[in-house]
Amino acid sequence: MKLNALTAHEILDLIKDKQTTPQAVLDEVQQHIKQSDKDVHAYVRLAKNSNISDVSVDQNAIPIPIGIKDNICIKGEETTCCSKLLTGFKPPYNATVIEKLKASGAMFVGHTNMDEFAFGSSTENSFYGVTHNPWNLECVPGGSSGGSAAAVAANEAIWAIGSDTGGSIRQPASFCGVVGLKPTYGRVSRYGLIAFASSLDQIGPLTKDVTDSALLLNILAGHDSKDSTSVDQPVPDYTKALTKDVKNLKIGVPKEYFVEGMDAEVKASVMQSIEVLKQCGAQFVDVSLPHTEYAVATYYIIATAEASSNLARFDSVQYGLRQNPAQKRKTTLVDMYEESRSVGFGEEAKRRIMLGTYSLSSGYYDAYYLKGLKVRTLIKNDFDKAFESVDAIITPTSPTTAFKIGARAKNPLDMYLSDIYTISANLSGIPGISIPCGFSKEGLPIGLQILAKPFDEEMLFRIAYTFEQNTEWHKKKVGF
Amino acid sequence: MKYETVIGLEVHLQLSTNTKIFCGCANKFGEAPNTLTCPVCLGLPGSLPVVNKKVLEYGIKIGSALNCKINSFVKFDRKNYFYPDCPKDYQISQFDFPIAYDGFVTIPMDDNGEKKITIHRAHLEEDAGKLIHDAQANCSLVDYNRTGTPLVEIVSDPDLRSPQEAYDYLQVLKLTLQYLNVSDCDMEKGSLRCDANISIREQGDTKLGTKTELKNMNSFKAVKVALEYEENRQRQVVEAGDRVVQETRLWDDAKNMTLVMRSKEEAHDYRYFPEPDLVPFIQDEKIIEEIRQSIPELPAQKLERVIKEYQISEYDAKIIIQDACLAGFFENCTKYYKDTKKICNWMNGALLQEINSRKTTITDITLKPEDFSLLIKKVEEGLISNLAGKDVLKFMLDTGKSADVLIEEKGLAQVSDDGALKEIIQQVISENEKVVQQIKEGKDSAAGFLVGQAMKKSKGKANPKKVGELIRQILKGDS
Amino acid sequence: MISDKDVKYIAGLARIHLEDDQVTHLTKDLEGILHYIEKLNKLDVTQVDPTSHVLPLKNVYREDEVKPSLSQEEVLKFSVEQRDGSFKVPKVIE
Repeated sequence: MKLNALTAHEILDLIKDKQTTPQAVLDEVQQHIKQSDKDVHAYVRLAKNSNISDVSVDQNAIPIPIGIKDNICIKGEETTCCSKLLTGFKPPYNATVIEKLKASGAMFVGHTNMDEFAFGSSTENSFYGVTHNPWNLECVPGGSSGGSAAAVAANEAIWAIGSDTGGSIRQPASFCGVVGLKPTYGRVSRYGLIAFASSLDQIGPLTKDVTDSALLLNILAGHDSKDSTSVDQPVPDYTKALTKDVKNLKIGVPKEYFVEGMDAEVKASVMQSIEVLKQCGAQFVDVSLPHTEYAVATYYIIATAEASSNLARFDSVQYGLRQNPAQKRKTTLVDMYEESRSVGFGEEAKRRIMLGTYSLSSGYYDAYYLKGLKVRTLIKNDFDKAFESVDAIITPTSPTTAFKIGARAKNPLDMYLSDIYTISANLSGIPGISIPCGFSKEGLPIGLQILAKPFDEEMLFRIAYTFEQNTEWHKKKVGF
Repeated sequence: MKYETVIGLEVHLQLSTNTKIFCGCANKFGEAPNTLTCPVCLGLPGSLPVVNKKVLEYGIKIGSALNCKINSFVKFDRKNYFYPDCPKDYQISQFDFPIAYDGFVTIPMDDNGEKKITIHRAHLEEDAGKLIHDAQANCSLVDYNRTGTPLVEIVSDPDLRSPQEAYDYLQVLKLTLQYLNVSDCDMEKGSLRCDANISIREQGDTKLGTKTELKNMNSFKAVKVALEYEENRQRQVVEAGDRVVQETRLWDDAKNMTLVMRSKEEAHDYRYFPEPDLVPFIQDEKIIEEIRQSIPELPAQKLERVIKEYQISEYDAKIIIQDACLAGFFENCTKYYKDTKKICNWMNGALLQEINSRKTTITDITLKPEDFSLLIKKVEEGLISNLAGKDVLKFMLDTGKSADVLIEEKGLAQVSDDGALKEIIQQVISENEKVVQQIKEGKDSAAGFLVGQAMKKSKGKANPKKVGELIRQILKGDS
Repeated sequence: MISDKDVKYIAGLARIHLEDDQVTHLTKDLEGILHYIEKLNKLDVTQVDPTSHVLPLKNVYREDEVKPSLSQEEVLKFSVEQRDGSFKVPKVIE
């Protein structure tokens, strides 16, 4: 097998045995991108200098080529959130996760495609054009971390990082047949992640298997004094949780998730997966998350309100694209603001900024934003209560498999509803992982979502690893 | 018709912490543009704020000194508005849980009474950057050095009833804040800024009239004059049968009037919401108490105490407590010299004159209280003349030498020796026969002239008291 | 529920210039989304506390210690327009 098709832990073994070198792996990844990214378009920018790392490769180094979502700041490298408005912006600093990756010896392949400012579930809202699903180029890769998921699936990166605000790691992982993890809110520093919704955003790994996910989280996780919302709690060695043992674990299946709108094939795959875990000794019980139906509405109030404020700074005063109205002789400051933002933001960004501004505006705050925060409490309480009796919860990651490019572009609400199973984890701050659990008749991957208590990523790894070791889904490779 | 003026003030105070409120950039004034910035205070994408502990501490200190209640639950909120000096286009401020609320300060009234002015709230926030407008190039330049400087905004209730009361309130507030040592309180440098809300209503009305907001006053005097102007303007508007328009007006120092600020297109809709990048603060009662204990004696208490303890006049005491360090200097002096009244005279006279003309402060001069006391003692004991004493003080400030050394060096010791003085006096008497005659005829006051002449002849070294005595003695002997 | 006028007002607050057809379009979109959000009205939340932060974090601060700033050069490197060490913008009218 080619080096770029291997997992990180396989490559690390080869390097250790002196059968290959980090440079050889990087070369092969870059070579492969030249051929395949014309079709996939996972990257928006390839790194000129991949050696973001200063450290020489020592025994503890993890010199793995990595794709970075275009909303994570790398010093001196253009970082744009795939927005026209941020064209040319080169941050003068590194995100904390980039510093951590540097210290681990990582090699930076490039910035990956995403929905503009992470607004979307298909990567169609990118200024740089859509990314194609490696399993079927006519389909979307999911989003918003579609570029990262597609890069890993197409062997254009050994692993990648994305960000997840309402499912933006897990849903594309599910669509592209890779492993995607959203850690507990506060587990990974957000410093240097260009914010979409500050109280929901988390950075996490997209990998080819569960072992790699644990390895990458080992690098990313940890307290950061630059992020007031990062939690000062010791980071366990997540690879220690990779035990093939789920005996006597109690896993909940929320009845509210198995209702209308779910693809029959998705449902069948999830049910089959439950059987696999049952055979491994896990116990399944029904749980109720009664406020599930309110999650999408709550999410779109909170996330857009925060986003409307977070994206205000993109005003062209300091950096990015500045556009002045053409017809006017003299440009006022307000003209500059309005024209730059009008030209620079895509449709979905405008829609969300408008919605968020509306729900915070005078006279509507109580009816929308405050209400959203209150319902968020109810949704969080649902999980708290459920986790009193179970160790984890299992759901589908998405109600459907990857859809055709353009299929949901007309009605924004249709797109919003594709995050219905992933949003609640962000609202309640809990960790969630999506792992491959089957394929549709059309050959598109299906994802299984596992949710656990805050800071119990080990539980996710334990169950996911057990499942993976007892199935063959993760071994199925795309033709790239 | 009689009108009543209603004024409320908003004071912004820059806190003199080492670093900015949300990042480690130095909190300094007067550096080259954009040299004290980082991703956080520039509001660069991805950056996040972290609260400076000292800012919370100073907030509690200020709140306590202004007799406020301190919120045990404190959080920060975002105030959203677009402006180029506000790099995130929202300001991190405090909306519904400010650090302190419901306090008061006491201002003096004409009738020797006092009036309590309610402090509505004091909240923490970040300062904006600095804009320089270039009319010719039709552009503005933005310097973000000031962005993120910690501010506390102190909002009074509309309790003030005249521009003079507003002025007095600011004086009392500033003095109190100076005592806390949390800010320069320098309006010229912009570390203390004041906006005013003013309305008028018919005497006896309980409903507030339509207010205007005044900005751009850069001294307390300007605040007073602007309020006087606006009070008048509003009265004229009402008397002409018109209505006061709610608007922001800028004080124009050169034109001596307030002018309408071109109103923004939309009403203020700041869309406040809890800052998700910061977590709340639960203030420990013990820590609040500790900070409270660290507050020094405040001006009002000090005034009362020094009058009582040192038996000095209220007039003198008020001058001394204008500056906590000055008051400290005074109290130190009293350890070395008993006559507190004399110390006051010297401090509030000669010393302050020198300090002011040198544009320095009591803390920046090298004068030691013991040296200063010794100087006063020498003068009062007649070792040197009052005039010479003032010269010695100048030399002391110039050289840092002690009074003793300087009197010796400059040969300023008074001549009190009878023999030497008598010689001079005899000369003076013989040169001023007419005056001598007047004295002999009973016009005792004319003796002063002779004393003056004798002093002149001795080049100021003669002890005037002694000279007077001797003149009278000699003339008596003659008659 | 939401009118063209509201949308124009909101666009003004958000500093986004919209052409008339965009206003019509966005009004329709927002109407649909707000209609969906209305489902929250089924819930009585009068007794529920709002959740701004999912974590029970509190009292996170830093000591008052100076850290190095960026140099003027580093700062102006990403500026759209600059003059005299500062960021240049169209004249701010007061």
